[in-house]
Amino acid sequence: MSTEAHNNTADHHEDHGHHHHKDTFITKYIFSIDHKMISKQYLLTGLFMGIIGIAMSILFRMQLAWPDKQFTVYEIFLGKWGAEGIMDPNVYLALVTIHGTIMVFFVLTAGLSGTFSNLLIPLQIGARDMASGFLNMISYWLFFLSSIIMLMSLFVEAGPAAAGWTIYPPLSALPQAMPGSGAGMTLWLVSMAIFIASSLLGSLNYIVTVINLRTKGMSMTRLPLTIWAFFVTAIIGVVSFPVLFSAALMLIMDRSFGTSFFLSDIYIAGEVLHNQGGSPVLFEHLFWFLGHPEVYIVILPALGITSEIIATNSRKPIFGYRAMVASILAIAFLSTIVWGHHMFVSGMNPFLGSVFTFTTLLIAIPSAVKAFNYITTLWKGNLQFNPAMLFSIGLVSTFISGGLTGIILGDSALDINVHDTYFVVAHFHLVMGISALYGLFAGVYHWFPKMFGRMMNKNLGYVHFWVTVIGAYGIFFPMHFIGMAGLPRRYYTNTAFPYFDDLANINVVITIFAIITAAVQLVFLYNFISSIFYGKKAPQNPWKSNTLEWTTPVKHLHGNWPGAIPHVYRWSYDYSKLNKEGDDYVIAGQDFVPQNVPLQEGEEELNH
Amino acid sequence: MTVFLVLAVLVLFAVAIWQMNKIFQLSKVGKQDNSQIANDKDNNFQGKLMVWFMVFFYVFLIYGFWEWSDVLLPDAASEHGKDIDQLMLISMAIIMLVLVITQFLLHYFAFKYRGRQGQRAVFFADNDKLEFIWTIIPVIVLAGLIIYGLFTWTDIMNVSEDDDPLIIELYAKQFTWEARYAGEDNILGEANVRFIEGVNTIGVDASDPDAMDDIATRELHLPVGRKVLFKMRSQDVLHSAYMPHFRAQMNTVPGMITQFAFTPSITTEEMRKDPEVIEKVENINALRNEKNVELEALGEETLLPYEFDYLLLCNKICGASHYNMQMKIIVETQEEFDAWLAEQKTMEQTLNQ
Repeated sequence: MSTEAHNNTADHHEDHGHHHHKDTFITKYIFSIDHKMISKQYLLTGLFMGIIGIAMSILFRMQLAWPDKQFTVYEIFLGKWGAEGIMDPNVYLALVTIHGTIMVFFVLTAGLSGTFSNLLIPLQIGARDMASGFLNMISYWLFFLSSIIMLMSLFVEAGPAAAGWTIYPPLSALPQAMPGSGAGMTLWLVSMAIFIASSLLGSLNYIVTVINLRTKGMSMTRLPLTIWAFFVTAIIGVVSFPVLFSAALMLIMDRSFGTSFFLSDIYIAGEVLHNQGGSPVLFEHLFWFLGHPEVYIVILPALGITSEIIATNSRKPIFGYRAMVASILAIAFLSTIVWGHHMFVSGMNPFLGSVFTFTTLLIAIPSAVKAFNYITTLWKGNLQFNPAMLFSIGLVSTFISGGLTGIILGDSALDINVHDTYFVVAHFHLVMGISALYGLFAGVYHWFPKMFGRMMNKNLGYVHFWVTVIGAYGIFFPMHFIGMAGLPRRYYTNTAFPYFDDLANINVVITIFAIITAAVQLVFLYNFISSIFYGKKAPQNPWKSNTLEWTTPVKHLHGNWPGAIPHVYRWSYDYSKLNKEGDDYVIAGQDFVPQNVPLQEGEEELNH
Repeated sequence: MTVFLVLAVLVLFAVAIWQMNKIFQLSKVGKQDNSQIANDKDNNFQGKLMVWFMVFFYVFLIYGFWEWSDVLLPDAASEHGKDIDQLMLISMAIIMLVLVITQFLLHYFAFKYRGRQGQRAVFFADNDKLEFIWTIIPVIVLAGLIIYGLFTWTDIMNVSEDDDPLIIELYAKQFTWEARYAGEDNILGEANVRFIEGVNTIGVDASDPDAMDDIATRELHLPVGRKVLFKMRSQDVLHSAYMPHFRAQMNTVPGMITQFAFTPSITTEEMRKDPEVIEKVENINALRNEKNVELEALGEETLLPYEFDYLLLCNKICGASHYNMQMKIIVETQEEFDAWLAEQKTMEQTLNQ
């Protein structure tokens, strides 16, 4: 059935590729339905949100390092909440909350998955565009709208949402509990509801495109791992995002229409509320049913991207392609049945804690397989250290260091004492925050030539990489210690009572690394922007890669290929494959065989 | 509004620049340029940096353990805490071993196989045996950890009434803790936020006879060596009762009663004599003395020397003063505890005042 399907669309698109319709400025750059343009829109919006998210983290890191110093930057950026250079405790919580929200959803979900799913799915599977370009456009503009609303919420009089990115009620439901739970939280919920709609439209489109629009010969087992990762990510998104939507909807009802889904027996601001019978634990279940898969929504695309980049730059096939696909599938499946490990001490039945410990630690197995396979891919390779490759290796490093501490947090007995401490903050920033950011950077460096037709400056890329890796470990490695010292997260200051006074020095170290690391991102931004305009012209296939996107011309055109869509004859990892005699590569003098090259005489196809 | 106008102008400006760039791009007939692709020189240099990074990584690791270990929590002051610490130690040892080996392989391979013109990579796509080995090793190790962890967890969380635990209610509200001892009958009286009025700050049901001998306090005293069962309530938002020294934590949830039990094993007095605690207190006091010099110079009041006490901290974001929602815990001998409790007012005395 599916062969028929893509034959039909291929025919349909074949004539489409030839005729050129006039694009106006608006249809080309703004309401574009071309996946390459939409991907750039996602990237630029994501980077813009990223700048805001990271800047916020610097502000609250300064507060943590030097709680009794006054800084005029607070006054500049926070206005009345930073009066006389003293940060207001409520705005501290707001910064933490919005930093988390922006980084998790707007940068690492939309910015990473949105950018590269859009760019690569049609190009790597050999399709003219997404299954529905129009839905794709709507998806981006809903994302844009939700970004705008999220940013607007920063300017609300009582302040933006401040109940933590997990917005647990009753704190997030009651404006009496904190000022941020008023209009700020309403806007947060509206923004997220729109974001979820955007994400669903995008995900459905990705799934349909991968299933139906693969070119002739592109069987599922010949798909590059990037596509596998995006495909499975989209499925997790479709399964779990609606649950967050239901939680948000119920929270909206509790806040505005007097229902009691999450509220019961509350006495606040001198009066008893009428709410009876609800449970905040229900919200936690609903939230983490998305919340945990969400971290895989963030990290899987990054892992897909690095699989591709590491193979290409090692000039070797990715080791254990089938195992990599199986790991992605296993991680995706397990990701939906582990959410309770965020709730070991929430008051839920301890027996459930045992079950979730079991499923959670199982996830370590496919993750370990992935890490070992990456390392083996490097073994006996001919490594080309382009900036994208460096960031990919960096990702493997942080994925391992951050993932290992997950063994502690996933173990319910051990979680009791490190739950909600800085140990958790260190863990998830390394394993999903920093790793996914490295994936984003790797992707940008690698596919920049495809997106903008120019090369990024490699030396600036090297500077960016080395300062960032050292800085990121400099921030998050010491953080494990203050977590194990028992310091709870989301404390405005650690000096209100003397017990944590001796952590002050470590906090200063962390903040200094954070400032340096944030500053070096400016090098990236400069490199990114200036390369768009003045970068060296890109060759068609700068990294000598096998995947189909490098068979398209450098100059973008609607429909991707000027002529017929290429057919595929092999998987995408035929790097350094030798001919039958074993004296030269399959194609003499060329260590890679693009997917659209038919099998050579006497060549055997790998059976995977 | 002006902010949005400014933003709009900026966005339009950016779009204009982008457009202009497109025009330039179209007008240029450029030729390809490979200068931004890694060459042998880059590969060599970056490969060596990988080794240097590995050295940095290990040195930083050792420095961290050397320099920052003294901030860590002292030995567990509860019976089950020892099991948690033991499990933690084993898990940490495994983690560090895996970390050191994998990071070495990753960075060493990166260095060893750095690209050179003419070097041929090995076409090595699959090896079932290898993959089997590194699937089965994590399976075995994790199975061990899971079983060990689950036994520990079940021991901690299953509280039997047969142990005759001392029952204490922990009551959380923005931004303080209160405690209620179950009194002579060791049964907590009914309570609900709807009974909150005047001195009855935790909503005890005055019509429940079990409640009359309950004792509400602002400080948490625990007798050493006896199992304590905490019943937890919150009156407004989620809080979390975190007692790091006892390796104990449980959220307090409005609308339901949560619980956690442990047996304190070291009194506050004994803990103050623990060498690790002495060192930590000395460090903190050294820092406070430094600050006192500054304060004195400004003519302000100086800080008192710090003395160690167990703490109950709020560990779930609960509002503006979340960072300072704490209560002192005092672990003492049964006699001291009894004497202290006898001085406290029962609910009956409080309500009928």
